[in-house]
Amino acid sequence: MSEKVLMKGNEAIAEAAIKAGCNFYFGYPITPQTEVAAYMAKRMPKIGGTFLQAESEIAAINMVIGVASTGKRVMTSSSSPGISLKSEGISYLAGCDLPALVVNVQRGGPGLGGIQPSQSDYFQATKGGGHGDYRNIVLAPSSVQEMAALTVKGFNLADKYRMVAMILADGTMGQMMEPVAIDDIEIETGEKPWALTGTECRRPRNIVNSLYLKPDVLEQKNFERFEKYKQIEENEALYESYMMDDADICIVSFGITARIAKNAIATARAKGIKAGLIRPITLWPFPKKPLLEAADKCRAFISVELSMGQLVEDVELATRCKKPVYLCNRTGGMIPSPDEVVAAIEKADKEAK
Amino acid sequence: MATTKMVFAGFGGQGILFAGKFMAYNGLIADRQVSWLPSYGPEMRGGTANCNVIVSDEPIGSPIVDKPDVLVAMNLPSLDKYEDTVVPGGKIFVDSTLIERKVRRTDVDVYYIPATRLASEKKLDTLANMIITGKLVKEVDGFSLDNVQEVLSHIVSARHQDLLGFNRDALELGYNYQ
Repeated sequence: MSEKVLMKGNEAIAEAAIKAGCNFYFGYPITPQTEVAAYMAKRMPKIGGTFLQAESEIAAINMVIGVASTGKRVMTSSSSPGISLKSEGISYLAGCDLPALVVNVQRGGPGLGGIQPSQSDYFQATKGGGHGDYRNIVLAPSSVQEMAALTVKGFNLADKYRMVAMILADGTMGQMMEPVAIDDIEIETGEKPWALTGTECRRPRNIVNSLYLKPDVLEQKNFERFEKYKQIEENEALYESYMMDDADICIVSFGITARIAKNAIATARAKGIKAGLIRPITLWPFPKKPLLEAADKCRAFISVELSMGQLVEDVELATRCKKPVYLCNRTGGMIPSPDEVVAAIEKADKEAK
Repeated sequence: MATTKMVFAGFGGQGILFAGKFMAYNGLIADRQVSWLPSYGPEMRGGTANCNVIVSDEPIGSPIVDKPDVLVAMNLPSLDKYEDTVVPGGKIFVDSTLIERKVRRTDVDVYYIPATRLASEKKLDTLANMIITGKLVKEVDGFSLDNVQEVLSHIVSARHQDLLGFNRDALELGYNYQ
């Protein structure tokens, strides 16, 4: 195992991407993810890769489409308002069945919002964002080590399924430093017979395209894509189960708030309330199965999130409303203290029989 | 199992984030769990700066420190803002050159170090942060200057390695300050 070093989450994403074989980065600066671009600017020239600061987020995502269609690993990163700008391009990537990694280090919104941490792009990331019938694989790191590991995983999944993988982080995850070891990288790219690499007169030409004017053909394309999504839902959902063996109250939370929840669980347990945590690591596919199972054992669920109640809807759907689902949230860049989460646990414990 | 939660706070440019980084690496080299979370945004361009550092023998939950065991205050607004958040029995380190008032709390240990004046006298300008950090290392359990050279080599950037010795001198000055 290589030596652990302290790295910012944003830097860990950039370094892991390079180790995963990503030689192309296109971006545009925005707080709180600018360190990704800064790190790429420094490193890419040294490894013979391409770093390009585009004239806008829209230009950057279209450059990603260009490289992705050649089958090379490529990424872009931004923060909330910038991801909105990239959403058209993300929809085109989906429509062209192209693999790419998109990183969103979220800040408060809507609009230009603020620069402090947020999770209020949950709907945008997991339910669409751009237009049309499509999905992104959405990964939610909860430590700097996971920022690195899920970046590699994101590239692998994107290639495997020919689609966009998105890292959904937040300002604290991007800015904080923790020990990280970036090694044992497993690159799984596979063959890319669809890529635009030049035919050399040896094969029919490939076409990368998202325009299908015949509705029956487009419908068939969408059916095929959703068959693929079904497989992903069956095979790729990831989550962490924490102190769930005997839990009466189940917190559901991802990213930074999942860590706050762990502190709150320790306090609640010291007070005699058996609380646990299910932390979705993939937000899409959403880990529905462990939540449905927990609904038979726990008395209540609490969604702890940095938004006005977005994750909570998926918790209700996954548990089929078998048990009450509470919301413990802050928004706009504010973060709940462990005490606020403890209070929510105590309330749920008292009310839910 | 020991966990130390620290808040470093002061003006942008005083080396607040750097001091926090020193303590985080100090923990990392001792094979402990660490996290370092800075304030970010406009603060980096002047104004107030702060960072949260946790060093622990257990996995760290939230990296956010809302009830610090240790506060390093390098200006008055920081002391005003964080004094009441320190846990009872905690420790507050004050740069007494820049902060004229005394700490009002009576249930914490307080260390007044004229770090900015000492830095100026000893020709260690801009290293008041490391003088006060030296005192912290002395007074807070679980830290030492044993590996100071190694820790500094990680956080002093390659092009500033010539400043490593000054950092070490400042740390030792604070460590031995009575």
